[in-house]
Amino acid sequence: MAASITTSFTLGQIATARSGDKGNHANIGVVAKSLAAYEYLEQELTEERVAEYFASLGANKVVRFELPKIQAFNFLLHNCLGGGASRSLRIDTQGKLLGTAISQMPLPAPEDVSALIDAV
Amino acid sequence: MTVRIANAAGFLGDNVDAPRRLVEAAEVDFLTLEYLAELTLSIMARQRQKDPQSGYARDLLDVTESLIPAFQQQQQLHLVTNGGGLNPVACARAVAGIFAAADLGEASIGVVTGDDLSGNIQQLQQDGCVFENLDTGEPLSSLSQPIISANAYLGAEPIAAALDDGARIVLTGRVADAALCVGPAVHRYSWAWDDWNRLSAASVAGHVIECGAQATGGYATEWDGFQLEDVGYPIAELAEDGSSIITKPTGTGGTVNRRTVSEQIVYEIGDPRQYMTPDVVIDFTSVELEEVGADRVKITVAGGNPAPDSYKVSLAYADGFTASGQLLVYGSDCIAKAKKAAEIIFARLTQAGVEFEETYCELLGVGDGVPGVHAEPESATEVMMRLSVRDPRRKAVSRFAKELAPLITSGPAGLAGYAQGRPQVRPVFAYWPTLVPKSAVEASVSVRTASEWNQ
Repeated sequence: MAASITTSFTLGQIATARSGDKGNHANIGVVAKSLAAYEYLEQELTEERVAEYFASLGANKVVRFELPKIQAFNFLLHNCLGGGASRSLRIDTQGKLLGTAISQMPLPAPEDVSALIDAV
Repeated sequence: MTVRIANAAGFLGDNVDAPRRLVEAAEVDFLTLEYLAELTLSIMARQRQKDPQSGYARDLLDVTESLIPAFQQQQQLHLVTNGGGLNPVACARAVAGIFAAADLGEASIGVVTGDDLSGNIQQLQQDGCVFENLDTGEPLSSLSQPIISANAYLGAEPIAAALDDGARIVLTGRVADAALCVGPAVHRYSWAWDDWNRLSAASVAGHVIECGAQATGGYATEWDGFQLEDVGYPIAELAEDGSSIITKPTGTGGTVNRRTVSEQIVYEIGDPRQYMTPDVVIDFTSVELEEVGADRVKITVAGGNPAPDSYKVSLAYADGFTASGQLLVYGSDCIAKAKKAAEIIFARLTQAGVEFEETYCELLGVGDGVPGVHAEPESATEVMMRLSVRDPRRKAVSRFAKELAPLITSGPAGLAGYAQGRPQVRPVFAYWPTLVPKSAVEASVSVRTASEWNQ
């Protein structure tokens, strides 16, 4: 299901992201802008939500790793690059755009949005 | 005192002025240049087939020329690069010629070889090495396509050995990217090869700087305002305890802060607790960052684990051919029109009796960069229609490449962009990630003066 981009609260408001390839897998690193944002994302930025958001890429597995000391997450999206490297026919063979895409991912608005954003 | 290790190339194709600009703007002890992405060596293998003296990073020669004044003026400056690619010896001769011509014939050049396994694969298979595909579990014996290149990711030991032997320039083929940083660190501090914490810490610094400006604000989410037009490339000031400060030359553009460094730490990694390198297994969850000044971020790393007993191997095989072509489709009906134009092209190919293993149509401008994540808009002013095919038969792919231009006179109105000519047919290199026991690989180091290499 395609996500709506009209949702008012998106990941990019409280985190930055960078993505790249590992063969036919893509990795998306997400760096929270504050401790409060990290704790919120620990609850809300789940493997299931990320898998659903990127469902159209055909990943057969999404795994989240936590790096609490630098308030970051690493998502590994298995087999989602259409063959990867030189085999993929997509313009973005290496998943470089996924970091920007995840920044626009809508998330449930927290009760007090300003607490997360002000903490940035 | 620290050892200052910089990186001014993150891939083959990175800014050719960056190395010179870096050494002009900052005094560093070791300039590293990282040129080998996963499939770069297979492209070099094709080049070497055509010319036995090629197969290395050609950009390195222009870069070496540009670094000559710095080498003449800065006695502390060393160069460590994997730009030797598939042919480090030919690369050394070419680099040596540049040094000799500049009256630097006494400079020692170290060459690291032994990573290239393409000639040994069959023997190693006979010796019982299965080369299991790390993604699929299949043995290499099940692969029917020809192997183009197979290279072990060597570690930092041969680099340190070359430096210990007096090399001012070290040219390698495939090594772990971080080894370009770890080698100089071990050379300077004489760490033991089982000093896992320090090796891990130096490897983290190497990981952060290996992609060049990606550590200093390039590619950063918050890039806007970072003055990227003269972005400074990264320098790791590495201390004897393994901790480092990531910075960049003063007076350059870009930014080094917690977030630019954090984004790079989580770049292209898998399980952060077990990031395998030939020298150490890094635990990225033990990394701590502290901003200690303007454009200065300190990295401390609590732990590293013993190195694995195998090397990762990047093996590439020929997997047919591919081509992509694009046309701009304009008008309020452009989305539907582009889809129809693609249908026309593929229908004509079917009529001509040409089929493909895989075809793909993207409408760039309405979200297909990340296909399906955002709903397609109802209308657009224009879209770029990009068509691609892949097939084992070159002839079929060549036929596709001839099918775009005829739309000029026989397709919908409102298409442009034919002047780029026919799409180029390119070989596909597929990737077979695997391992080889360290005992089956012998790294060699040869250190000679530029004059000697140049003979």
